[in-house]
Amino acid sequence: MNLFITELVAGIVHGSVYALIALGYSMVYGILKLLNFAHGDVYMIGSFIGYGVLTVFGGAFSPSIPIGILLILMFLSAMLGGGLLGVAIERFAYRRLREAPRIAPLITALGVSFFLENAAQLMFGANYQSYNTYSWDSNSSGLGVLWRNGFTAPGHVHVAVAQIIVVGGTFALMVGLTLFVSRTQLGRAMRATSYDRQAAEMMGIDVNRVIAAAFFIGSALAGAAGIFNGLVFQQIQAYMGFDAGLKAFTAAVVGGIGNLPGAVVGGLAIGLAESFTIGYVSSTFSDAIVFVLLIGVMILRPSGLLGRAATQKV
Amino acid sequence: MTPDDDPGTPASPPPEPPGGQAPARAPAQPRIGVDEWVASHAGRREGYRGPIGAARAQLERVPQPALFALFGVAAGFVPLFTNDGYYLRVGIDTLIYMLLALGLNIVVGFAGLLDLGYVAFFGFGAYGYAMLASPQFHLHWPTLAILPIVTVATAALGFLVALPSRRLIGDYLAIVTLFFGQLFVSVVNNGNRISILGFTRGYNVTNGPNGIANLDPFHLFGHQLESLRSYFYVALVFFIVVLGAVYLVSNSRTGRAWRSLREDPLAAELMGMPVNQLKLLAFAFGAGIAGLTGTLFASLNTAVFSSDFDTPLLIMIYAIVILGGAGSLGGVILGWLIVNITFELLRPNSDPNHATWIVFAVLIATLLVKIRPWAKLGAILAGTVAFGFAVHAIVSAVSPHNIHGQGAVAGSLGRALKHWVVLPAQPLQPGNYALVGLILLVLALTEMPARWRPFALVPTLYLTAFVWDTRLAFEPSITRLILIGVMLIVLMNARPQGLVGSARVEIV
Repeated sequence: MNLFITELVAGIVHGSVYALIALGYSMVYGILKLLNFAHGDVYMIGSFIGYGVLTVFGGAFSPSIPIGILLILMFLSAMLGGGLLGVAIERFAYRRLREAPRIAPLITALGVSFFLENAAQLMFGANYQSYNTYSWDSNSSGLGVLWRNGFTAPGHVHVAVAQIIVVGGTFALMVGLTLFVSRTQLGRAMRATSYDRQAAEMMGIDVNRVIAAAFFIGSALAGAAGIFNGLVFQQIQAYMGFDAGLKAFTAAVVGGIGNLPGAVVGGLAIGLAESFTIGYVSSTFSDAIVFVLLIGVMILRPSGLLGRAATQKV
Repeated sequence: MTPDDDPGTPASPPPEPPGGQAPARAPAQPRIGVDEWVASHAGRREGYRGPIGAARAQLERVPQPALFALFGVAAGFVPLFTNDGYYLRVGIDTLIYMLLALGLNIVVGFAGLLDLGYVAFFGFGAYGYAMLASPQFHLHWPTLAILPIVTVATAALGFLVALPSRRLIGDYLAIVTLFFGQLFVSVVNNGNRISILGFTRGYNVTNGPNGIANLDPFHLFGHQLESLRSYFYVALVFFIVVLGAVYLVSNSRTGRAWRSLREDPLAAELMGMPVNQLKLLAFAFGAGIAGLTGTLFASLNTAVFSSDFDTPLLIMIYAIVILGGAGSLGGVILGWLIVNITFELLRPNSDPNHATWIVFAVLIATLLVKIRPWAKLGAILAGTVAFGFAVHAIVSAVSPHNIHGQGAVAGSLGRALKHWVVLPAQPLQPGNYALVGLILLVLALTEMPARWRPFALVPTLYLTAFVWDTRLAFEPSITRLILIGVMLIVLMNARPQGLVGSARVEIV
């Protein structure tokens, strides 16, 4: 029972990070039908931006400003930086290729991903960098005490504040995104563009603006996911985006690509599957089980868990 | 010159429209059912003027088998001229990469499927050979038995991997294969203690990250392959055989069906083609070639490691196929040349001076090609030199200790650069910031109005030299990967059909 709850918590936390990345994947795919392989690397860059902010304000050992403000600052800069990076990628790498043969933007996306990974490795080095937020324990402010104690779930499972932040933050961002897509004018334009780009253009929607907005929001979410990852797992590295992006895209496919709640369901499913495999079978097979999940969904329900079967239009 | 130029062979190019017909047509009148690009194609063919155009037209008239035979004969003479192990090794690597590119070409170039797990099939072939011909399981099967078994097994694996995504569009195939590629590396890495669902003890199947060593050399027709020269000939035979097979298949009913599939799967399906079977067949065919190449690679290196089959190799093979132009043999050779020269110049621990000369030469050559009036080019170059001296003078006046740092480039070039490029005492951080600045500047350069570009070009060029000397030349093994990424992005945006490939329209 103890192990079960531990793995449940770990799976939900992991799954939240996947879900946040998957949301961006799903949004971009829904509108452009483009597999943005560079999305995972935006997440990595977001993580490093947060690390940079943390370092500037005295590092994790002696933060010169209150922890709460520092956290907010980290999130804002990572989301802004990630969002701008996403917009730049779309503007300079993908925009000219919208009418090109389908394979051209995919290969460009691989090139962008490869470029970002290696440029990051050049700048930040190949070693793991550590957020090392353990040391916030010694901070005597209210949040510092909370950070030290955490919570205790049933079965004496320790739940850290960082894990609560990740799950709560993911939930908040998801609700915000849902409201944005369903209530605002830009969100409505986004849905229209995703449904039929040409028709949307004819209705006077500025498609370029909508696509840029989708890239900004999706990449900002990936940037936030990068901070979440740093807070919970501490370790960040230049090549971590590739694997995370792959898992997140799998999550988007499992949940039903282009479907935003589906991305979250898929992310949680992948996170839980992975963490239970690590807990009960073997860590060797955690990748394999996700792959089996992907194949299984593709065979049994090609449109994803929450997706609707799409008809191909001519 | 072309004794076997039988007009009936499918190899001969389609007869050109008689001259005068195309220009006579009124341009304002579109022909129904004929794409604009197709209509302008005849006109562009006439555009091959001068000696190059004549040579190109002649070259297109030669049947492809004759070209292949010529290539084989020419390559066969290479070992006679050199006994240098390095050149033979480069020659064998060329043939291996070209074999891989041929297989990938079937999947990507003919069938239009994005196979991102291609390297895993290569690795599967290599590991297949390693397990059947090494002390790992004390198996030493004859080479002639292993080759067909591994090839067929890899093709079957490719078939199985593609099977779940058969009903789905190409993107799903891309993600499944990419995942499969990652999975292959991870399974091989952990394959030294594979237990069946955790119930049995761990079996050592792949020897984990240590790889499998001491593989048998190829043993063909009673001869044990020992020298690089014999491996070169075997690789050449492999290449010619595969090339011939690819050529025959591509001109067969199946090959034509693949190309029609690439152009428009929906129309192909309506014409009664078994689209899914054709896709699976192309996929399995490509995987089989990768597996066969893997056996050659494994026995040549006498050892296999999981890290040999990771993503950088995948990107490299894609760069080779894509840079030259998918679907063309000459393009593959050109792509291989570009990628290999980049990789050889920027080897880890290589002398940065050679690379620096080449990089600066390429930069200046690009400017020569791109900037037309000579006066403008001269002004930009002179401006860059003057800008550099000005910056150098300013920095030396403000903070003198920041100009005498240690740059990556040594020798006479390095000494010359020292008077021009600012070299901070601690080049790491400034170099990183300059790299970000350089990326931003280049991006801005593509967006700004043409009349501002020469002015922005001057600081960009200087910043390039600065970043090169402070950062890029220090880490050649990362720089080359960055360059490959940049090449892919730039090429796809500028010429999606590749350097020598011909443009084709995708009917949506």
